[in-house]
Amino acid sequence: MADLHFLANPARFRRFSQRVMPSLGFATVLAFAVGLYLALLQSPPDYQQGETVRIMFVHVPSAWLSMGGYALLAVLGASLLVWRHPLAALMARAAAPVGACFALVCLATGSLWGRPMWGTYWVWDARLTSMLLLFFLYLGHIALSRAYDDPDRGDRAAAILALVGVINLPIIKFSVDWWNTLHQPASITRLEGPAIHPTILIPLLWMAGSFLLLFILLVLVRTETEIDRRRLEIAEQSA
Amino acid sequence: MSSYSVFILSAYLVVLVVLGGLTIASLSARNKVRRELSARGLDRKR
Repeated sequence: MADLHFLANPARFRRFSQRVMPSLGFATVLAFAVGLYLALLQSPPDYQQGETVRIMFVHVPSAWLSMGGYALLAVLGASLLVWRHPLAALMARAAAPVGACFALVCLATGSLWGRPMWGTYWVWDARLTSMLLLFFLYLGHIALSRAYDDPDRGDRAAAILALVGVINLPIIKFSVDWWNTLHQPASITRLEGPAIHPTILIPLLWMAGSFLLLFILLVLVRTETEIDRRRLEIAEQSA
Repeated sequence: MSSYSVFILSAYLVVLVVLGGLTIASLSARNKVRRELSARGLDRKR
């Protein structure tokens, strides 16, 4: 925890991110190379879904990261509103477009998986609708944080939206249990353990790790950019 | 690949376009801001 407080200073965070970014970038590329081999070539087709199960290797990790990204926005929002951490607002501005892109990938790949399996690209069931709502919450966060001339006001408004919208995360997770949905129930994060065979589960977890590395890398790059952009704005105001 | 390969390839293409595009946009934005800082003499040795 002491280390996290150490990184709350933008200058220290910048030094930290510049130190880890080259090795993180290399690890991300390597992880995706191995992950794509496992997902597209090594893993067997599913006994029911056939080859279309390969869409799961990009659909499920993007769903996890889009939900995790929104949880991060809520934590950063609380840090901004309660403790006024200087880095929280900048990191939230950096993370929101990344989370939105992962949510978009989740929706698009789910749609492409739904057509051959369900016979339709889209259905207004609880899981799909709550996921679409998450995407709109991301768009709202991006729009709100940039809606004011005073960036601090925009950051605070976006932080409130992040905290209010976090209620959608358990709705997404449990929507398949609470309502009758076309979307299948949880098959990995279950109390009884995963219902997926290891030959498919291992590539899935590997791809999830690759997506996580990419998510962290993108948030670091964009946070560094936001820090520099804020320095430019301060310099322009004082000139 | 099966008759569903068009859906599988499209899904991976979506990932490439969206996440690849975001990566390129993020890196180019960082480089642009760095150039502006440098032009104003605000870059510093770290």
